[in-house]
Amino acid sequence: MQKLVIIGAGMASGRAIEHLLEAAPGAFDITLFNAEPRGNYNRIMLSPVLSGEKTYEEIVTHDADWYEANGVTCRFGEKVVEVDRARKVVVGEKGEVPYDQLIFATGSNAFIIPMPGHDLPGVVTFRDLEDTGAMIEAAGKPGSRAVVIGGGLLGLEAAAALRLRGMDVTVLHIATHLMERQLDPAAGYLLKKDLERRGINVILEAQSKEIVGNGRAEQVNLADGTELPCDIVVMAVGIRPAVSLAQECGLACGRAIEVDAQMRTSDPSVFALGECVEFEGNLFGLVAPLYDQAKVLAATLTGGEATFAMRELSTKLKVTGCDLFSAGDFAEGEGREDIVFRDPARGVYKRLVIENDTLVGAVMYGDTADGNWFFGLIKDGEDISDIRETLIFGPGFLGGDTADPLSAVAALPPEAEICGCNGVCKGDIVAAIDGGATDLGALRATTKASASCGTCTGLVEQVLAVTLGDGFQMPTAQPICGCCDLTHEDVRRLIKSQELKSQEAVWQELGWKTLNGCHVCRPAVNYYLLADWPIEYQDDPQSRFVNERNHANIQKDGTYSVMPRMWGGMTDAAELRAIADAAEKYGAAVKVTGGQRIDLLGITKEDLPHIWRDLNEAGMVSGHAYSKGLRTVKTCVGSDWCRFGTQDSTGLGIKLEKLLWGSWTPHKVKLGVSGCPRNCAEATCKDVGIVCVDSGYQISVAGAAGMEVKETEPLATVKTEDEVLEWTVAFIQLYREGAKYLDRPYKWVAKVGLNWIVEHLSDADTRRALNARFELSQSVYRTDPWAAEVAKSERYTPLADLTLEAAE
Amino acid sequence: MMNWIDIGTIDDIPERGARLVKTPVGCVAVFRTSGDEVFAASNSCPHKGGPLSEGIVHGNKVTCPLHNWVFSLETGEAQGADEGRIATYPIRIEDGRLLLDASALAAKDAA
Ligand SMILES: Cc1cc2nc3c(=O)[nH]c(=O)nc-3n(C[C@H](O)[C@H](O)[C@H](O)COP(=O)(O)OP(=O)(O)OC[C@H]3O[C@@H](n4cnc5c(N)ncnc54)[C@H](O)[C@@H]3O)c2cc1C
Ligand code: FES
Repeated sequence: MQKLVIIGAGMASGRAIEHLLEAAPGAFDITLFNAEPRGNYNRIMLSPVLSGEKTYEEIVTHDADWYEANGVTCRFGEKVVEVDRARKVVVGEKGEVPYDQLIFATGSNAFIIPMPGHDLPGVVTFRDLEDTGAMIEAAGKPGSRAVVIGGGLLGLEAAAALRLRGMDVTVLHIATHLMERQLDPAAGYLLKKDLERRGINVILEAQSKEIVGNGRAEQVNLADGTELPCDIVVMAVGIRPAVSLAQECGLACGRAIEVDAQMRTSDPSVFALGECVEFEGNLFGLVAPLYDQAKVLAATLTGGEATFAMRELSTKLKVTGCDLFSAGDFAEGEGREDIVFRDPARGVYKRLVIENDTLVGAVMYGDTADGNWFFGLIKDGEDISDIRETLIFGPGFLGGDTADPLSAVAALPPEAEICGCNGVCKGDIVAAIDGGATDLGALRATTKASASCGTCTGLVEQVLAVTLGDGFQMPTAQPICGCCDLTHEDVRRLIKSQELKSQEAVWQELGWKTLNGCHVCRPAVNYYLLADWPIEYQDDPQSRFVNERNHANIQKDGTYSVMPRMWGGMTDAAELRAIADAAEKYGAAVKVTGGQRIDLLGITKEDLPHIWRDLNEAGMVSGHAYSKGLRTVKTCVGSDWCRFGTQDSTGLGIKLEKLLWGSWTPHKVKLGVSGCPRNCAEATCKDVGIVCVDSGYQISVAGAAGMEVKETEPLATVKTEDEVLEWTVAFIQLYREGAKYLDRPYKWVAKVGLNWIVEHLSDADTRRALNARFELSQSVYRTDPWAAEVAKSERYTPLADLTLEAAE
Repeated sequence: MMNWIDIGTIDDIPERGARLVKTPVGCVAVFRTSGDEVFAASNSCPHKGGPLSEGIVHGNKVTCPLHNWVFSLETGEAQGADEGRIATYPIRIEDGRLLLDASALAAKDAA
């Protein structure tokens, strides 16, 4: 009998032993070492054990009786400490065993980030029964909290299980979406939403800094200062093949033990399988290929012929109620096409990736019933050109409906607010419709919905359409672009009422038909999100047009113009000197603008961070001459110098500019402050114009001086500077919250009517609330982008210069 | 013959963005999509020379920042009603490094 020694009683070796005993019963004298004090169990079912849905007893695959009946000598709870290949012996903690053939099946170890505090008691991984037990114990304490580091498969299964046990759970994930290796951002977004619905707190792009505590883990601190008190920390950030033993005995190892297609290592009498092996550069982390390896190894050892080959894998998350499926390769790529299907009402997202008429990848969320059918198509590489049209609907497709563009509205709960101005919710509207108000006019009369600012008109119509079904004739409204069926106004309203706080959320919930929008909708959606959720949403430079992304205006020759801010049009000798120096140093043309400042033209992109740094050093900041945001506040010299001046117009202009600068708006905003009715600052053709008079200030809005020329209309007359500031901010914030992207204030005012604006802003509470929301947003955006960009200056240089290399 | 030159890492390029590489045939834009796929193509729009590396990247397409022509990054073809094509170049990712085929850049020059 051959002496066969196996190191590791895990899932892979367990399966291999079964095959061996089947193929050649009695051919081997098997000794099985296992560091864990037990035999083989179904490790992947530790998640349901952790959640309490299964017991350990239920997941044992080979118990003591089985090993006994099959004559396997078990050395459980004994670690192998050395392998002496020259003498062909394995050295366990309790003594040596000689072998003819040896199998490494040592699996992996959970990786632990060596951050401060990682070795405190209370920091566990999720790999074996001991870890599982430690977590269950921690969850037993009422009101206990867990922090799970890692938002991959294991981390999320642990998080969901601990939540089921009643713990307060926070998941920290370093990437921008969960399970980024298996899911695309759209599916990752849905997963996050589902987990949050269960009460799990998910923090993305989290930089864990340290674990602190008095003798045991009590709190996790993030780099941004966030502090997360906890009773247990679960590290689930990945696994590393357990190869130290193999390395020490001199077997060829890359990242793991190298094996050939017969599972043989560099030593002909030593074999390996499972997560501890590397095959043609591949590592393993799921059981399906390990079971293939087990089959191949058994054949090799019993003189049969078998060859291991890589195959496609699919992933599912074992969290009840989070249905996701991912298989194949779903990266975008050359020659690849996507078919995307979204059903926002049901939270369903499906994406198929097609290459050369075959299916190469699939990601699904919410409805994974067809997952295995798609997986079959991927594995078989079948030509799908004939069924392509209906492929995404799965094998059961019989022809018929596609996604309903109205489903987003249909899915809104009755208490969802539809008309913000008048506080009318969906339920009120439906009730009115049921009561006989079957068109927009009647609805406005009975509920006041959409009777004020009107931005919710489209939504009210959709509620009508959903409620009345075929009885309603929808007036045609212009969608934002081909990516969706909704108007700007609808999207704005839905972002607020459905609390959509990311671009992925908008695309998914509002049924976008493209993967990530286009140049028309992306900048608009980016603006709506940052205007409505200034704290939660982060501005996305990649969804901005070139000028706003590069904080300078691109010129037709590809160079840029740079314009420092001159508060209220005031400057001084030192600033002018710095500007002159910069102009000389960077070869700029110099132009005095109509907005009372100085433009430096002809700056190359690479020089931008340099000239900004120079101007910053002289105390100047960006003038935002490129932004859909506050541009300038033009002033006249006012009562300080002018013999006609009635008030300090320059001082007021500076105050306004210091308050408003940095804010993003649907389109650019320009202000003017004139010190007397002679109006030297031309305030009455600005978006907001202030004219000082003896008794106070006249505020007027909605002027234009571009292709269209229009005089401002009076908004209010007030007594003090503070009131000017309050009214101006309130007006601009109302515009920020309501207007369609790329509508200047005069266009927006024409749509909603000046009367409505005056009525609205006449209420002091409303003005204060608008000011508070503006100030919240400004707490993020009232900063100089130049200073921030200087720190990222490598973005402005070419990635590489090959002009020299290729010439050789 | 391919001549793969290491031009940097994928992390040097913002997701849904681009960076420039100077080459003997002019500036080449290297794009990164939301799916971490990379493409290399001429930086210059055939319409009026707009710098495509400054355009908005959506799906596997880029929109020229000057007049909104849209190009497929896979084929280089202008989309929709516009007619034109930008040259595309072989590029691949190996262990996160970006490798650009310099021979293709030289060949285009000779042609
Ligand atoms: C919680 C959890 C959920 C999972 N879910 C899934 C899933 O849904 N789908 C899926 O496909 N995969 C899943 N996996 C992964 C799957 O469990 C592994 O791929 C599989 O168990 C690996 O099998 P293995 O035999 O290579 O290693 P293991 O099962 O880890 O066995 C290795 C054994 O070797 C022992 N050992 C190591 N070194 C020594 C030594 N020097 N001396 C003695 N003994 C030693 C270890 O103690 C261990 O018992 C999951 C894993 C975990 C932890
Ligand atoms: S230069 Fe590209 S669209 Fe005009």
